[in-house]
Amino acid sequence: MRKKNSPWLNAPYVLWSALFILAPLALVAVFAFTDQAGRFSLASFEYIAQNQQLYLKTFGDSLAYALEATVICLLLAFPLAYFMANARQRTQRLLMMLIMVPMWMNFVICTYSWRSILEDHGILNTALAWLHGLVSKEAFRPPALLDTPGAVVLGMVYNYLPFMILPIYTVMSKLEPSLTEAAQDLGANRWRVLEQVVVPLSIPGVVSGVTMVFVPSVSTFYISQKLGGGSSLIGDLIELQFLGSAYNFSLGAALSLILMAIVLVCMLVMKQFSDGEESAFVV
Amino acid sequence: MNKDIVIDLKDISVAFDGQPVLKNLNLYIRNREFITLLGPSGCGKTTTLRVIAGFLEPDSGDVIFDGASCLGVPPHKRQVNTIFQRYALFPHLNVYKNVAFGLKLLRLPAAEVERRVEEMLRTVNLTGFERRSVASLSGGQQQRVAIARALAVRPRVLLLDEPLGALDLKLRKDMQMELKNIQQQLGITFIYVTHDQEEALSMSDTIVVMDEGEIQQIGTPKDIYDEPKNAFVADFIGESNIVDGVMLADFRVRFAGMTFQCVDKGFAPSERVDVVVRPEDVDIVPPGSGVLQGTVTSVTFKGVHYEFIVDVQGFKWLIQSTDVQAVDDVIGISIKPDEIHIMKKSKYSDLVGDYSCFSDEFEEMSNPETDSEEEEE
Ligand SMILES: Nc1ncnc2c1ncn2[C@@H]1O[C@H](COP(=O)(O)OP(=O)(O)O)[C@@H](O)[C@H]1O
Ligand SMILES: [Mg+2]
Repeated sequence: MRKKNSPWLNAPYVLWSALFILAPLALVAVFAFTDQAGRFSLASFEYIAQNQQLYLKTFGDSLAYALEATVICLLLAFPLAYFMANARQRTQRLLMMLIMVPMWMNFVICTYSWRSILEDHGILNTALAWLHGLVSKEAFRPPALLDTPGAVVLGMVYNYLPFMILPIYTVMSKLEPSLTEAAQDLGANRWRVLEQVVVPLSIPGVVSGVTMVFVPSVSTFYISQKLGGGSSLIGDLIELQFLGSAYNFSLGAALSLILMAIVLVCMLVMKQFSDGEESAFVV
Repeated sequence: MNKDIVIDLKDISVAFDGQPVLKNLNLYIRNREFITLLGPSGCGKTTTLRVIAGFLEPDSGDVIFDGASCLGVPPHKRQVNTIFQRYALFPHLNVYKNVAFGLKLLRLPAAEVERRVEEMLRTVNLTGFERRSVASLSGGQQQRVAIARALAVRPRVLLLDEPLGALDLKLRKDMQMELKNIQQQLGITFIYVTHDQEEALSMSDTIVVMDEGEIQQIGTPKDIYDEPKNAFVADFIGESNIVDGVMLADFRVRFAGMTFQCVDKGFAPSERVDVVVRPEDVDIVPPGSGVLQGTVTSVTFKGVHYEFIVDVQGFKWLIQSTDVQAVDDVIGISIKPDEIHIMKKSKYSDLVGDYSCFSDEFEEMSNPETDSEEEEE
């Protein structure tokens, strides 16, 4: 007979969840449905509905940017994870280090340093100018790299790529080698093995990775400000309400709730794909 | 060149990290033969199969398939299929799709795929399991799916790597019969790997006894049992008493302090040899009248017969008989000439001794492969 766990054993966890997960959520909800004086009010939602043109565009932009970043991350991460999982132990460890190092650096510093790379007279354009000088006598007009949608997506990909690689790599490195051998044995060449065994069995990792890239990308607020010029995404709008000049907690909270609802719907759609398979990324 | 030979392994050598695993292996396999690689865990059986299947290129030597070398031919182009040690069923596909996997790669028409899958599932008694997920099947059922999947593509040769290792005894016996039937029914060459000598003896046309990457003996089960080539084979295949002896002349051997008539000849005068006597071949006679005399030190009832350990001048003999004896009884031992088998001395001579301790059981206990398999079940 197993001894029943004392309810007190769970107490710290329950307390933790209440304090750091439920309380902030409740707070957000309270802010969203009250006015400045603390009375119940739907003013913020009404305001959003009145200005839906603006907000629809911002939400749409955010989703589009996040989707783009997620797809690019997936396209980069899948082959890399596959290569890593099949490399020698030493190569695997080295690559893992290289992937982890940017995660140890401060997110703000990383994003800021991209500025100096992408600036008109930044590192990249200087290099381009030099290359241009080699082949042409004409004056070099630096292409605008910073403050473009591309730069924002680049920032997201750079920051969140490891979260795509790791779960996929984890799943792939746990694949039984005998499964790929069995497929080869039955007549599958390298591509068929990849298509019919490796890809389908990596789906749980892909689902985790997509979730872990998409969710932070859709709500990010720093990357778009620093790399996208004035362009603002929904994360920036929300930040503005809490820390910025607008200073309207209620509106910020209402936007947050709507964003959460959208993310929730996205996750449910993703869940259809994974079909109840357990998440691969176990922390 | 013999037309009947499907696979010919010529001088195959394989080493991992400088450690030789197969040493100049020479072996040919006849069409429709049931051939078994038998040897202790780690002797290179799986490695041999991997060389044949194409997963491993030998360091030297040649693999001839149907008269042509198939070195460098990737596994997916070889007409050989494998039943892996742990089945390796595709967890994301149901039973039907597992069996259809190879057929779809052949781009057969859908109707033909379906016909063949159903046929194979019938052969392995799994009709009605098409939509089941492989994870929901028992070990024996998964084994059948693996067999159906490999046979569906109609390979010339099927490689089976300890396919029954993870099954319990009863199921194992049933599957042995079934596999043998399937092999005869379909007329496919089976290369079967096991470390279980009984399994090898009961199923095979030919047994290849291996140890440390070398073939010790190739022969029919009867050859191997009755005429083991060296002390390793004698010890590995069934119980045997292996005694130091000296060949006095043709048909005359001296061991345990006495001279015996035997049926072997062709040894040098006074050549030192290993003498094998199977426990069931020893006759117990009243003491005094027998040529050898010893004291019973242990008695075990084995269901049909008794097993005695008998101390003959300090050497412990294993004797099986239906007669009842008690511990400390003094008995006579008589051995007929054709029950004495003489082997040349080999590097194994000093390793196999008498039955002062049950070496066989110790072997079983320290066999890592058996251990881990039982744990995982
Ligand atoms: N990929 C490998 N790398 C290094 N050593 C290996 C490898 N595969 C097998 N070996 C070694 O080769 C020997 C024979 O292995 P194997 O053919 O699997 O034995 P068996 O199937 O007879 O138990 C063992 O000592 C094993 O440790
Ligand atoms: Mg093996």
